[in-house]
Parts: sequence; C-alpha cells; structure tokens
Amino acid sequence: MAQITLKPTKVPELYLEGYNITPDAFAGKSLMEIADLDAHEGKIKVKLGDYFEIAGQSGDTAEETAINIDGDCSRIKYIGNKMSAGSITINGNADMYVGGWMKGGKIHVMGNVDSFCGIAMEGGEIVVEGNAQNHVGCAYRGDWRGMRGGTIRIKGSAGNDIGTFMLGGTIIIEKDAFIHVSTHAEGGTVVIKGNVQGRVGGQMVKGDIYVLGSVQYMLPGFKKVGSVEQKIDGTEATFTHYIGDLGERHPKSKGKEVYANLYVQEA
Amino acid sequence: MPKWITQVGCPYCGASCDDLEVLVSDDGKRVLETRNACAIGNEIFHHAQSPSRPKRPRMRQPDGSMKEVSYDEAIDYTAKTLLAAKKPLIYGFGSTNCEGMSAVARVAEKGGAVLDNCASICHGPSFLAIFDNGYPSCTLGEVKNRADVVVFWGCNPMHAHPRHTSRYSIFPRGTFTAKGQMTRTIISVDPRETDTAKLADHHLMVKQGHDYDLFDAFRTVIRGHDIPDEVAGIPKKTIVDAAKVMKNARFVMIFFGMGCTHTDGRNHNVDIAISLTRDLNAYTKASIMAMRGHYNIAGPGQVWSWQFGFPYCIDLSKGTHAHMNPGETSSIDLAMRGEVDCFVNVGTDAGAHFPIRAVEQLKKHPFITVDPNICMASEISDLHIPVRVVGVEEPGVVYRMDNVPIQFKKVVDGPEGVPSDEELFDRVYERMCELTETEPIWLLAKDHAKAATNAEQ
Repeated sequence: MAQITLKPTKVPELYLEGYNITPDAFAGKSLMEIADLDAHEGKIKVKLGDYFEIAGQSGDTAEETAINIDGDCSRIKYIGNKMSAGSITINGNADMYVGGWMKGGKIHVMGNVDSFCGIAMEGGEIVVEGNAQNHVGCAYRGDWRGMRGGTIRIKGSAGNDIGTFMLGGTIIIEKDAFIHVSTHAEGGTVVIKGNVQGRVGGQMVKGDIYVLGSVQYMLPGFKKVGSVEQKIDGTEATFTHYIGDLGERHPKSKGKEVYANLYVQEA
Repeated sequence: MPKWITQVGCPYCGASCDDLEVLVSDDGKRVLETRNACAIGNEIFHHAQSPSRPKRPRMRQPDGSMKEVSYDEAIDYTAKTLLAAKKPLIYGFGSTNCEGMSAVARVAEKGGAVLDNCASICHGPSFLAIFDNGYPSCTLGEVKNRADVVVFWGCNPMHAHPRHTSRYSIFPRGTFTAKGQMTRTIISVDPRETDTAKLADHHLMVKQGHDYDLFDAFRTVIRGHDIPDEVAGIPKKTIVDAAKVMKNARFVMIFFGMGCTHTDGRNHNVDIAISLTRDLNAYTKASIMAMRGHYNIAGPGQVWSWQFGFPYCIDLSKGTHAHMNPGETSSIDLAMRGEVDCFVNVGTDAGAHFPIRAVEQLKKHPFITVDPNICMASEISDLHIPVRVVGVEEPGVVYRMDNVPIQFKKVVDGPEGVPSDEELFDRVYERMCELTETEPIWLLAKDHAKAATNAEQ
C-alpha cells in the first residue's frame, strides 16, 4: 500500500474544510497535484499545500492509498469525507465530519473527534481512540435514512444523538454516552459499554441496543420481557431484555409485530 | 384633528395582532395613544418617539468612544468589512420585515456569509424536528374556531404572548367553540406554576428536562400499553386521564415553546410531540404549533427557504451552494468555536441573548449592529446603524407564528434621513458591488419587478 504523509504546517485562523483529504482524491496523483487540491477556509479557496507538507507516494487507486496525517487536525473538518476505500490515520485530534458519508476503507483517529463523526455512513470502519462529541453515526438533518452500514468504534465517551435514524451497521461507544441513542432507528446495532443518562431507543422501530453499564432514566415505552445470556463485542453477560418503543409504530412480520430490542447488562 | 388609524399590526410577539388602533397627531409625526395593544405592544409604539433614540450611525473610535458618522461612511465600512472577512456571520431578524430579510440575504450571498436568525436560539430545534417528522399544523383561526382541548407544553403565553389566549387559544368564541373558555379544556405541561398553568384545567408539573419521557408515556398509553407508575414526576393516573381528555376531544391543539426546544434533547422533544400529534389523529383531529417569539420571526424561515432552500443557519461561504447543519453552522456554535471573523447583528440584541463566551469570541472581530434602538449589542459594537421601526415607521410583510403573511402598516414618519432595513442593506449591497466591480443584479431585478408591477396597475 502506497503511503502519503501530510504534516500540518499552519493552523487555520478559522477552520479548514479539508474535503479533499481522502484516498479517493489522492489516488493516482503526484505530490504536486495533491498539494494543488482545493480546500476552503471560510469563503477563501485555498490549496492543501498551503497547510500541509506532503511526502510519500499515492497509490494508483484509493484502495492502494494510505494517508497518514502527522499532527493535530483540531481545526480541520471533513477528513475522509465520502471515501470509498484505502485508509487514513490521524495522529492527533480531528474536527467535525470525520468519515462523513463514508462508503468504505478505514479511518483511525489517535485523539478525539468533534461532532458528526460517521454521519450518514454507508460502509467501512472508523476507530477513534479518544472521545467523540455529538451525532456519532447520525443522519443528516431531515434525512430519514441514517447510517446504513460499516462500523464506528469510539474508545472514549460520546455525547448525544448516537445513531439517529440508523438503518444498519454497528456503533460501539466504549465509555459513557449522554442522551438519545438510536432515536428513530429502524435497524443497526449500538453498543454502549459505559452508562447512558437516558432516552435510549426513543421512537425506535427496529434494531438493537446493548448497554453494558446502566441507563439512568429508562423510557416508559420500553417493556421488560425477560433475561438473556449474550456475547457482545467480546463480553459475555446476562442482559435484561426490553422491547420498545411501544409508543412508536411497528411493522409486522408473519403476523407478529417486530419491536426494537434493548439489552441492559444485569448488575 | 388627531386621527385614529385602524387595523394596525403590532411589532411585538409572534401572535402578530393586526387589530390595533393608533391615534396619531395632526402632523402625522407622533403616536398619541393606542387601543387593543397589550402593555408591551403599546410601549413599542411610544418608545419609537423617544427623544434619546439615535438618528445617525455611531462608529467606535480608537479611544473607545462612539462618534456619529454619516450613513455613507457606515455603509462603506459595513461593505468593506463583510468583503474582507473570511467568514462573516449575519444574525438577527426577529424584528424586521420580510423586505429587509430579503435584502440582507443578497448582502450575505455577496459577502459569502453565514446567514442565521433568532430561531437559532429559539425555535431552530423545531425546524429540525419538522425536517425529520413533518408539521401537522393549522392556522390560529382554526384554533379559535375548532379547538376544544388546548395543550400548552413548555410555554407561557400569559407573559410571552399576552393576547394569544384572548384572541385564539383560551377565551375567544368561535364557530364550533361558541362558549369560549367554557368549551375548552386547557392542559399545561410546565415544571413551574406559570400564569398559564394557573388558568389550566390540568397542570402536569413535569420534572425539568424530562419532557421527552412524558411524551413517550402519552404515546405508549394512547397505543394501549402500560407505563410505569410514575413518569417524569407525573403519576400514571394523571397521564392516563390527560391522554383520555385528548383522545376524546373534537380538536386537540398542542402549542409548544422554549421548554421543549431549549432543554436537553431539543429537536427530539418537538419531534416526539409531532409524533404524538400524528398518533392522536387516529382518534380525533389534532394539530401542533410552535409558539414563535417575535412578530416576524417566522418571516426569515419563509423568505430564505424561498431564496436558498433553508430557513436558518445558512452557510453561503462557498458561493456555489448553501449548506445548513445546525451544530456547525448555527450562530452560537460558530461563535463559541471561533469560526467566524465578522459579526453583523440585525434587529435583535445578541449582546443580551448570547452566552457571554460567545459574545467574547465575536468581539475579537468587527462587530456591527443594525437596530433602531440602543441595546446591549449596540453598545459593544464597532458600528451601530439606526434604522426605522417596522410596524411603526415602516410598512412591510410579516409572517405570524402560524405562517400566515400579514401586511403591516406604518403609522408615522420615521426620523428624517434614517433608512429602513431594506434601503440600508440595498445600499450596502450596491457598495459591495461597486467595490468588487460587479453588476448589482438583484437591485436591477428589483427595479425590473417594480416597473412590471407599476405597468400592470
């Protein structure tokens, strides 16, 4: 796999929209051509070369291109946006929209990410070593088709709106989450390994949620139906099984209503 | 003889009353008295006459003092500042007319700015919920004539919209509500015992921040399922009884306010309220409406949706397309994150309404206020440009909280030489075009449209 290294040389005064920092945009291009790719700081159109020292070599296809960002991207948005293959490693923090609308490939962030990480994701893998802000794997505003596939793993904690309108794929938050998990979801799996404050599965139609810690405020629309032994993401435990959201519409399959499942680990 | 002007619109709250009567002096320059207005509406008409009102722009000087400058200088400064900034933010518009909003939008487009309105700190979350879940709404006239169960969720019209209850929601006698208040059952959901809650037949004192849970409980009960013994601090029986009242109504009207949009969950609280409204329609007729704050705060949503496709938080910085994503392109987030480098506050008081940290961030860059009055924002600005007061000195189209357009009148002449928002921003646009050596296409289009209208007449 061909390696391209970007070394940040300048901190943007506002925020840099690095929508071209993807294996797809870099593939088959010379270093000069990559440095000449567009980005935006506010209304000013800039070049990637103005902000990064670019070294290495890109592959012929996105699949053969690995991007390594050697430094902090706290003020850079849209890294790995719409990427379809290849990989990006960020040795630091990243701002909003990491892996937004992503279709394939892998993104590895060593630090924290801001909001909208993996928004409307369709495939691929995102691993964040630190924390994420809000809207991990959520839908774009007004779109009822949220995350459809792929995996997002946040090793730290996350804020609100995790997997809103989710249709498929997996989101794993290894520490705590705030509120609104899988709101309006019609599929997919969310695993919270820590505690959640509340609003887990509100207006949820289908899909699964696992909480390995506690849910401080359970929604009234979830009903306890039993206890199950399950293995989830390497943890084998006994979970209390709830179905819901009973306040929401639910489709029928073979004459029986299909509900969303919430599994909360028993203490 | 002083003259009574009738059917005057009130430039205060989102109820946009259009039945005011204003007595003006012989020379048509002073407001002497008003009828039908609430205390606040009345005050707006009288306040416009205040002798201490600024009548010329004031520019901050190197020693920190403010000095009067000409409108030409102020327009030149605004145009140059907007053009020089990498990402300006133009915010406000709670209190101006649609003509002004349209003119500002052209300036924002030219300046590659982010265009946002007070909904950002008010009913913006309602927009997000409406995008996600639709808006089964109606007009206030339907509420007056049909609603027999009215729910006020997280809003207090007795203070925020003083004539709302007497004109539309509790007291008036309508076609199918002939006995007024006697016909209506009022439910208030509020963590405090507000004056609206005191008027209500049922007050559900929801635990603060747990509105979503309570909505979910209502939906679960309405679908015939059981709920826990207590939800959000409300006993099961109270919830079941209130759900029964709603199901048995002829027409349920849900009004919601900041209690839903600005507690945790925000858009989701409104989203699930919309879902509840939809559920109720399986049993009866139900409708829902946002208690919009200002008399024309529904206006920018209408005007800019038509111009750009989005109602608020519109990032026009790319020049080729509009981008909207509150959380990123919303005023407070932009300010807090230090993502903008110029701020223009129009017809509102960001100085009073924004968190202090957001104001501090904005103050690091040029800060311009366009407002008829002295306010906190004007006093910390680098430039304050006074304009005419819409509804008093300037006519125009406004949208009421139910998105009904109303033509507002002017009752007196504005101070000499003071422009309207529309005139001011058209001149800023023209100056920006001069500076960038481009055609002022929108002004030409406006002239063309005016000429066509005149020819038709």
